[in-house]
Amino acid sequence: MGLLSNKNKEVLVGPLSINNPVIVQMLGICSALGVTSKLEPALVMGLSVTAVVAFANVIISLLRNTIPNRIRIIVQLVVVAALVTIASEILKAYAYDVNKQLSVFVGLIITNCILMGRLEAFALGNGPWESFLDGVGNGLGYAIILIIVGFFRELFGSGTLFGVQVIPQAFYDLGYVNNGLVILPPMALFVIAVIVWIHRARNKELQEN
Amino acid sequence: MEQALSTFVRSIFVDNMIFAYYLGMCSFLAVSKNVKTATGLGIAVTFILVCTLPINYMLENYVLKEGALSWLGPQFADVNLSFLAFILFIAIIAAFTQLVEMVVEKFSPSLYASLGIFLPLIAVNCAILGGSLFMQQKAFPNVGVATVYGLGSGLGWMLAIVGMAAIREKLAYSDIPKPLRGLGISFIITGLMGMAFMCFSGLKI
Repeated sequence: MGLLSNKNKEVLVGPLSINNPVIVQMLGICSALGVTSKLEPALVMGLSVTAVVAFANVIISLLRNTIPNRIRIIVQLVVVAALVTIASEILKAYAYDVNKQLSVFVGLIITNCILMGRLEAFALGNGPWESFLDGVGNGLGYAIILIIVGFFRELFGSGTLFGVQVIPQAFYDLGYVNNGLVILPPMALFVIAVIVWIHRARNKELQEN
Repeated sequence: MEQALSTFVRSIFVDNMIFAYYLGMCSFLAVSKNVKTATGLGIAVTFILVCTLPINYMLENYVLKEGALSWLGPQFADVNLSFLAFILFIAIIAAFTQLVEMVVEKFSPSLYASLGIFLPLIAVNCAILGGSLFMQQKAFPNVGVATVYGLGSGLGWMLAIVGMAAIREKLAYSDIPKPLRGLGISFIITGLMGMAFMCFSGLKI
């Protein structure tokens, strides 16, 4: 089997849309909502989760034949917690401001359901390379949703993108005001609901009864 | 005492785990289909929060924090183990979840069956680890206040999931656009409930 056979490509690309972890598998919703009021923390969070899922998948996949079934959740948690500790120390060293904005959500990557979900559903039954691709795919699928939500919330809530003013001053002079509500927590839910709506309207097989 | 009371009220209404921080959303959305199961999960989560927060508080203040080990002797005064916090907290939580799982299985097999996979998954419920991490951030003065914070957060989470389940039971009879059914409409309801809870945020207690 080649490194990028058709099956592997599907493993990598599937989670980006049709099998997206947030809007289809309902995993990792907690943090998808908490960190998206600005684009920059959303991007950093997406990348950190991608890195942690990919490496956790590889490690668990390598260990999968030696882990006794009864204690697998604890083993998984320890592996994930160790990786998140590393990620958190790196963020503290190189991106201190963003780390402050993310506050407890860096630690909460441990309990991000995407990790446990993918470890249980994929890494325990597949080889390290496929698991790595699956981790990268799911991490990126998660990151895409975070970036879309972060983009709209920062654009309408603060008129900026990555902290740079996007909406020109002339608009404000004409009476345009930033929508303060978009910054507040509940709006993230509405933005995701709209994404789910559009996504399911296009992919009819995902609709529920 | 006064602080304990205000922490209690704040953690239920103002800093509600679900509506202010979106913690524990995964099981919140998946288990809120009927009121009975939702109540059961709410009680289990509250119990685990009340048990783990004081233990993690002790760990944080007597083992992990910078200078926390100074009770062992002056040579330990500048040991800082706080990078171990994640691993220790999650280990305590996983152990307690295992305990609760065994108790529920013994005394209420029907609840055990209806919670299914979500009972062991309480260990990875963000609301519980989140409780410990917020406790670390807020630096409560003593272990009593930390316990009260755990109780309040758990009750707040339970209030939210029971309310959500009640609304969703009614929702079964309404005519929702097809693509929005299930996940989409649950998000919108949670958002509306969150907006309602926002009116508590101005409270000065």
